[in-house]
Amino acid sequence: MAPQTRKAAIVGGNRIPFARANSAYAQASNQDMLTATLDGLVARFGLQGRQLGEVVAGAVLKHSRDFNLTREAVLGSRLSAATPAYDVQQACGTGLEAAILVANKIALGQIESGIAGGVDTTSDAPLAIHDEMRRVLIALSSARTLRQRLEALAGVRPGMFVPEAPRNAEPRTGLSMGEHQAITARQWGISREDQDELAVRSHRNLAAAYDRGFFDDLVTPYLGLARDENLRPDTSVEKLAELEPVFGTGDPDATMTAGNSTPLSDGASAVLLASDEWAASRGLPVLAHLVDAQTAAVDHVHGGEGLLMAPAYAVPVLLARNGLTLQDFDYYEVHEAFASTVLATLAAWEDPAFCKERLGLDAPLGAIDRSRLNVNGSSLAAGHPFAATGGRIVASLAKQLHEAGPGKRGLISVCAAGGQGVVAVLES
Amino acid sequence: MGDWYRDFANSGVGSTLVEQLGLPRPAVLRRHEPGAPLLTGPAVVGTAGEGRLHETVIRVLEDAGVPVQPPAATDGERLGAVLLDATGVTSPADLAAVHEFLAPALRRLGPSGRVLVLAGPPSDAGSPAQAAARQALEGLVRSVAKELRNGATANLLVVPAGAEAAVPGPVRFFLSGRSAYVDGQVVPLTATDVPAGEDAERPLAGKVAVVTGAARGIGASIARVMARDGASVVGVDVPAAGQSLAEVANEIGGTAFQLDITAPDAAQRLIAHLRERHGGVDIVVHNAGITRDKLLVNMDAARWNPVMAVNLQAQLDTTQALLDADGLLRTGARVVCVSSQSGIAGNRGQTNYAASKAGVIGMVRAWAPAFAERGATINAVAPGFIVTEMTATMPFGTREVGSRINSLQQGGLPVDVAETIAWLSQPSAAGVNGQVVRVCGQSFLGA
Repeated sequence: MAPQTRKAAIVGGNRIPFARANSAYAQASNQDMLTATLDGLVARFGLQGRQLGEVVAGAVLKHSRDFNLTREAVLGSRLSAATPAYDVQQACGTGLEAAILVANKIALGQIESGIAGGVDTTSDAPLAIHDEMRRVLIALSSARTLRQRLEALAGVRPGMFVPEAPRNAEPRTGLSMGEHQAITARQWGISREDQDELAVRSHRNLAAAYDRGFFDDLVTPYLGLARDENLRPDTSVEKLAELEPVFGTGDPDATMTAGNSTPLSDGASAVLLASDEWAASRGLPVLAHLVDAQTAAVDHVHGGEGLLMAPAYAVPVLLARNGLTLQDFDYYEVHEAFASTVLATLAAWEDPAFCKERLGLDAPLGAIDRSRLNVNGSSLAAGHPFAATGGRIVASLAKQLHEAGPGKRGLISVCAAGGQGVVAVLES
Repeated sequence: MGDWYRDFANSGVGSTLVEQLGLPRPAVLRRHEPGAPLLTGPAVVGTAGEGRLHETVIRVLEDAGVPVQPPAATDGERLGAVLLDATGVTSPADLAAVHEFLAPALRRLGPSGRVLVLAGPPSDAGSPAQAAARQALEGLVRSVAKELRNGATANLLVVPAGAEAAVPGPVRFFLSGRSAYVDGQVVPLTATDVPAGEDAERPLAGKVAVVTGAARGIGASIARVMARDGASVVGVDVPAAGQSLAEVANEIGGTAFQLDITAPDAAQRLIAHLRERHGGVDIVVHNAGITRDKLLVNMDAARWNPVMAVNLQAQLDTTQALLDADGLLRTGARVVCVSSQSGIAGNRGQTNYAASKAGVIGMVRAWAPAFAERGATINAVAPGFIVTEMTATMPFGTREVGSRINSLQQGGLPVDVAETIAWLSQPSAAGVNGQVVRVCGQSFLGA
């Protein structure tokens, strides 16, 4: 028997301002940031000492000691220690995936409330010892005699003292995410001007949202930072045009610069989800409901698809299941990993050949009203601490929909490393 | 931020030294702790003339478990308080009885003891002689406050006919450790209905309290005391102060609401928040304030305007919006506005600040009748020299002088301001409306 389901409510969110790498949060660990973010959420909604159904969060760059990162953050927070927690990781899709997981348990009636979150630091990143050194040390620890120990140590070479840093590169292609996206941008003929324009709009929208107090109940300052450090309210297309390309530079017409790509960032976010009844009984608002979600993956290794194009595949599945068209949304949140990612995704949905051959659709999904896209800024301006982006988007879109009134609908699209994509529909 | 001089003057060597040099010896004040008795020793209650509050006062003491001794008792025990019902004085000749009662009693007053005189208002006296006698008590009490030592205070409650029910709450406050730094004050009461059944330990239980500027300093202290007394606290502060605001909220089990109270839609956002989360509000404390000091001739608009906007205009706008919001301000609501000694005495370099804080006093007085009609009250507190992070950065000499020029010879603590605000927020403080209560240790400034 299929259980009765209900739609999970998004009550609100909290995040700390996102910092640029090796800057304001250089000394903060993932656990520090996630704990502070949970505590900000607790303070906003009066959850001190409360036992919630579950806290689900994750980090993309994670120390091995942080195997139970989310649970440790809960224990360090003001939530009841009886609140269970677990970690998830789906690259840049982590935050949104966490929200989907919590929402699904609420939908099934398994829990009444939960927090979904994510955190990442590129400043306090884990360094691993050289893999051959690691083998030596393991051999050493299992050696029983002096001779065995000396034999093991004899294997040490100077180069093995160099630590291994996490790389922003695909394991199977060796290409960085930016290099992958440069290929996609070239394939779709995404112009430098369009990318820079999208980046400028992101900064202006984010700055305007801060100025009108939109983030007053979405962000809690941390370590002296009250706004996202990457935000440049006064940037312009002219200023961005001066930047040199940094990805795909083998091509004389390379288009991707530091200005139209997200910077490495540090930060954390959290979203409070609940059943309508749980929220109502505590006098808490319901900003929106998480209606449905979908993930997809593409073969970027040998399948001829761009690394970050999976959301283009996930969205039509989600639309079909919900009887919606791409134009049935009041707001669109397309994660700006790179400006060209957003533009290539939109171009793909407008392209009859792509929609027919790749998506198997009779007609293209069509264009969207660009004035409804990322209306409160997105990752190009805010920064993109990988696992924290999903929570930022869910909370902001839910609030935007709530402000617009009941029955408004929003689409979230987040691309992720490994050729994956996570998308969701929210409705106020 | 401790008071090094007070600690030194109370140490073994220090106390001998300050005594020989004739230096002031500030006392360690008795401050309220949950569960603490109302007084640390017995009380004596006297009357001058045919008083009408003697029974009321005795009942307050008995309910609080305070032993009441006859005025003539001469055993050695130090008194916790000396109370005098002087509502019966009809002419200056009756004041001789006041002197006769107080002189021996004050000799027996213990550390952090309390002198509390209750009198009728001079304004509705039956004769010039009675008005003179009642007014005379003001001069007497203010002088007694200056003569008392060891952290003892003296205050005067002015009780018009019909306001008897309003007396117990204020009497409890002035006897308790909550009023540690309130000294030499005259507080007029008005006749009004006073709700019964207040829990002495948690007088604000079930109340929703908004505190602006709650992220630090006096505001954080107000939030803590409100929560200790049972209120659900909504802490408000500018978004930039959000991290410390969240810490305060989490510490006290309240909530944090980040809001720039000078934003055009600030009041409406606050109202929407209160409606959604709490369905209404019982207590509003306008504490948020800023300083931008400069001599008037050198002051620019960038220093003048924000001080007015935060310290005065936001209080006006928010209060008006709360009054207009249908059903939001609950019956028996309490609004407490933070003014300042600067608003009473003026302060060099603070024309903007003093103007805003004096404006607060005008606002409170003007609104009092409208609040009374709703069974609500609006009052102001005017802190004197309060030891905060801000005063810690003052030059040593300025700080030392500033903190000593009051009858208690020391600066107050943020909690002293908070206690007074929490008291004015109590249901039993219904009779205090449109008043300015100074929390200044009877400062010599503006007295």
